[in-house]
Amino acid sequence: MKAKVMVTLKEGVLDPQGQAIEGALRSLGYEEFKNVRQGKFFELTIQGLNKGCAEKKLGEICQKLLSNTVIENYRFEILD
Amino acid sequence: MKIAIIVFPGSNCDADCHDVVSRVYGHSATYVWHKETSLAGFDGVILPGGFSYGDYLRTGAIAKFSPIMREVISFANKGRLVLGICNGFQILVESGLLPGVLIRNKNLRFICDWVNLKTVNVQIPFTQKMSQDQILKLPIAHMEGNYYADEATLKNLWDKNQVVFQYVDNPNGSLQNIAGICNETGNVLGMMPHPERASEEVLGGTDGHFLFNSFLK
Repeated sequence: MKAKVMVTLKEGVLDPQGQAIEGALRSLGYEEFKNVRQGKFFELTIQGLNKGCAEKKLGEICQKLLSNTVIENYRFEILD
Repeated sequence: MKIAIIVFPGSNCDADCHDVVSRVYGHSATYVWHKETSLAGFDGVILPGGFSYGDYLRTGAIAKFSPIMREVISFANKGRLVLGICNGFQILVESGLLPGVLIRNKNLRFICDWVNLKTVNVQIPFTQKMSQDQILKLPIAHMEGNYYADEATLKNLWDKNQVVFQYVDNPNGSLQNIAGICNETGNVLGMMPHPERASEEVLGGTDGHFLFNSFLK
C-alpha cells in the first residue's frame, strides 16, 4: 500500500518562496497565475497495516512530524 | 553553575557556547550528545545554534525527537533554565516549549549581520541584570528567523509578558519585530541572535555579557 501526503501553508501565513515563484512566473509572462503557495509532498510505502489502521497512523505522523500545525495543514490519500 | 550544552548532529555553535560559559565566565560546561537520556546534576541547558539534522523537513523538526529532548522538556517543566539560541530557538518552538514558529526570512536570504535589540522583559533569569528597553548589539546568522504566530498567540505573548527581545530594525520579517520570547514562567528563553558570539571585544562586541551575567550565577 502506498500513501501520498500533501502539506500546505495555512491561509494568511507569509510564504516568501511562493511570492518569489509568482514573481518569476510574472517575469516569464504568465501573469494569469496568481497566489502561488509552496508546499511539501511525501510518498510513503506502508507495510503490515490494514487501511483503517494506516489512516489512523498517517494522521499521527502528519501531526507529529510531517507538518507543523501552527502554520501548516495536511491531507493524505492511501492508494491500494 | 553546571551547564549542559546539547550537541545534535549538525550543531555548530556548541563549541562557542562551551568556550564562553567555561573560559570567559568560569562556569562548568559539558557537552551532552543528543542520544543521552539524562540531565542529572545540571543547573541549566543551552540548545546551541547550527543546522541540526541539516534543517531537513523544517528547522528543528527532527531534533525535537532526539532522546535528550524528552529530558530537556522535563527539565524545563521543573522550572530549570533552558536557553535556545538560533537553531536552539527553532527546536524549542518545534518541541512546543515555546509558542509560534520560525519561518523563512522574508527576503529569502541567509542574513549574517549585527542587529540592535530592545530588551522588553527584564524580569526573567536571563535578563535580570539588564535595564528596561536596554539596547543590545548582537549578531544574527540565520535563514529561518522570521517569527510567526497567530493573532491569539501573539496577544497572549504580550499579555503574559513573554516577549523578551525585539529587533530595532526588523531584518527578517518577524511579526511585531520579535527576536526572542520566553515561556510563561520565564525559565525557557529562545532567541535568534547569538549572545555567545558577542562576549569578547576581539569578536566585535560584548553585549552578550548582559545575558550571560544574568543567566550564569
